[in-house]
Amino acid sequence: MTTPRALLIVESEWRYYKRTWWSTVITTWLRPILFLLAMGVGLGTLIDRTADQALGGAGYLAFLAPGLMAASAMQTAITDSSWPVRTGIKWRKHFWAQISTPVTPDDILNGLMIWVFIRLVFVSTAFAVVIWAFGAAPLDRGLAAVPAAVLCGMAFASPMAFLAAWFKEDSTMIALFRFSLIPLFLFSGAFFPIDRLPDLLEPLALFSPVWHGVDLCRSITLGTPLALPLWVEVGYLLAVTVVGWWAAIRRLRKTLNL
Amino acid sequence: MVESLVVGRGLSKKFGDFTAVDNIDFDIHPGEAFGFLGPNGAGKSSTMRMIGAVSPPTSGRLSVLGMDPSTEGIKIRGRLGVVPQEDNLDRELSVYENLLTHGRYFHMKRAEIDVRIVDLLEFVQLTERLDDRVDLLSGGMKRRLIIARGLINQPELVILDEPTTGLDPQARHVVWDRLYQLKRDGVTLIITTHYMDEAEQLCDRLVVMDRGRIVAEGSPRELIERYSTRDVLEMRFAADQHRHAMPIIEEVAERTEDLPDRLMIYTHNADEVSAELARRGVHPVSTLIRRSTLEDVFLRLTGRQLIE
Amino acid sequence: MSLLLAGWLPPQSRPTRGAGRLIQRNLLVYKRIWLVIIAGFCEPVFYLLGVGVGLGEFVGEVTTEGGVSLSYAAFVAPGLLAASAMNGAIIESTFPIFFKLHYNRTYDAVLSTPMRVADIAVGEILWSQLRAAIYACGFLVLMYIVGLTDTLWAVVAILGALLVGFTFSAAGFAAVTFMRTWHDFDMIQLVILPLFLFSGTFYPLSVYPSFLQPIMQISPLYHGTELLRAFTLGSFDWTLLAHAGVLVAVGLVGLAITSRRLGRTLLK
Repeated sequence: MTTPRALLIVESEWRYYKRTWWSTVITTWLRPILFLLAMGVGLGTLIDRTADQALGGAGYLAFLAPGLMAASAMQTAITDSSWPVRTGIKWRKHFWAQISTPVTPDDILNGLMIWVFIRLVFVSTAFAVVIWAFGAAPLDRGLAAVPAAVLCGMAFASPMAFLAAWFKEDSTMIALFRFSLIPLFLFSGAFFPIDRLPDLLEPLALFSPVWHGVDLCRSITLGTPLALPLWVEVGYLLAVTVVGWWAAIRRLRKTLNL
Repeated sequence: MVESLVVGRGLSKKFGDFTAVDNIDFDIHPGEAFGFLGPNGAGKSSTMRMIGAVSPPTSGRLSVLGMDPSTEGIKIRGRLGVVPQEDNLDRELSVYENLLTHGRYFHMKRAEIDVRIVDLLEFVQLTERLDDRVDLLSGGMKRRLIIARGLINQPELVILDEPTTGLDPQARHVVWDRLYQLKRDGVTLIITTHYMDEAEQLCDRLVVMDRGRIVAEGSPRELIERYSTRDVLEMRFAADQHRHAMPIIEEVAERTEDLPDRLMIYTHNADEVSAELARRGVHPVSTLIRRSTLEDVFLRLTGRQLIE
Repeated sequence: MSLLLAGWLPPQSRPTRGAGRLIQRNLLVYKRIWLVIIAGFCEPVFYLLGVGVGLGEFVGEVTTEGGVSLSYAAFVAPGLLAASAMNGAIIESTFPIFFKLHYNRTYDAVLSTPMRVADIAVGEILWSQLRAAIYACGFLVLMYIVGLTDTLWAVVAILGALLVGFTFSAAGFAAVTFMRTWHDFDMIQLVILPLFLFSGTFYPLSVYPSFLQPIMQISPLYHGTELLRAFTLGSFDWTLLAHAGVLVAVGLVGLAITSRRLGRTLLK
């Protein structure tokens, strides 16, 4: 039996990643630690003076941790799916080399998504361990939240791959990143319940996959009730993933002229 | 005796333990096109950078436009045009903006630059492309734009580092054509190249560099006379047939060179040698008779081995 | 700021009008990607909205190191101003400069003209500062409109933001002269993220255990934050000179390293 071609792409991504893995270790482990330390522990000491029940009642650190887990999955997914597509088409141009072999654009995209999935599992598991070390959630609950975080990440990975293949200019993508990444991160419900947002922004947050991811993760680690039925939240994340995946494949076929 | 525009004496450039340019002497006269020939890594570009006053010599004396590059680099660069080997056009800017910013670096006035840009774009046939992003230009167009950029300050001396490498034949001829025109206008050109036809076409005088040293100097014609014969016969033989022919050939030829696929016979009269060989029973599969070119000189001086 | 400081440099590396030429070049580029500038302005606004307003309700009142009690949004705003000046300066002095240095080879073309290495160093640093100042102006106007600062002294904060911009653009440029591949940029993130999170931006240093506080004071951004917070509160005292001094010193070291190493890289 021959190896599916998409797995060959995974293998090549792995080879590329191996050379620079140390730099992602920094972002994988250090980012959650620093954020939890600064916001959860540091700012938490100020927030816990009031002990607002809207924050789940278990202290700010326990409220923040699962939210950051989903938000980190989003960030990993966005950078790991957009830049490889961009550089594959325009800078390293390795997509062009790959399609001159039996590999098709579909294989490239499928391979890349599988690769992002593997990265998300790793990053989210690392996060669960960090949360546990901080005493913000038991290890079993943290690990139970990993699938939710990964799903949340995938709902960003595929649409971002589509956008990265679609944009003509790098500067458009950079501008989009700078406009959207921080609001997505800040207004995801990870830091505070979204009902504190201005009325105008609140419904917008509902459409953001990350909010569903945060809600799912938090209900798993903290036991807070879900804002919407489980099937709606999971279904929404799955739907965004699939639509993004389909659009990305179509776009990549077009960009690579096949 | 004409005053030399560029003078190098005992000029060397070292990078750590590596000697890129090794004790070279040269004189470049006003109005001539002077070539630096050599394989990759011979030290041509390092020499160009020293003349361009962006790379201090390790030892030796260098004078450009009568000035010392290490102390008066800014003045020299103000009167120089540089066409670098690699494309370093500003990819974030348009054709017009590239020329404008470059002109501003010479502290030229905007109005003055605008007039110049119109002339230059016409000169390199890019007038239509004024507002295009540099990314959208073909290789040949980019090359012409770099040449136009190097001329923005109306330099008396232009340094061209491999001006046509990577261009198609049409684009090369357009570039050569523009360079002739510059020469006619009295601009001194310094050209590096590893294309022999380019050197024969453009250069009045040239030096051949190899491993940092100058191994020959003269006009293209002089160099051919000195280092090669008038004619060359290229013969192909059926498998190993030429081994038997070799002793006869060596008797009649000035010099021979045994290549894997053919035998090169250097002689002053190819027709005579060809007839003589036929008379003595040497029958190659094919024979090509041609004049010696600078390429023969070049390969003789720098060898056929790849230098890595 | 760097124009004033440039007098301190040895004469042969003192910038001429060449630095201005480089800024003109950058302006031409940004005419086309002005969206990026707007995004840079929005960044601290998002943080203010998210952390200051959204989270502020849970935090309540905060007491500064000077003993002033104020709303969380008013506390965090000057911190975000300093952080955005830092971010603007770092982003502008690292990615584009690395690209121009190693990929586009823009500076090789610049140096084939009468421009000098010092013109490039000072021009790029001035430009990064300029961007930081643009963000600062916008943010200050916003702070004034929504009532997070009520003193006109806040105008001085623009100078403070310029100083923070100078410090970090010089440091960023100096760091770029050591970088060889894109992956080295993760190292910048490694430095910037802790600075952002632990420089008194989001809460006073007094939250930390007392043995940690001196460590936090190493951060140049901490000094920038303190400076800007004092300006927007209109409370001036002599310690501000010390904060400014640290920022100037770090910036000058960065500038000196940049001039030295850039020359070695470009004029081989």
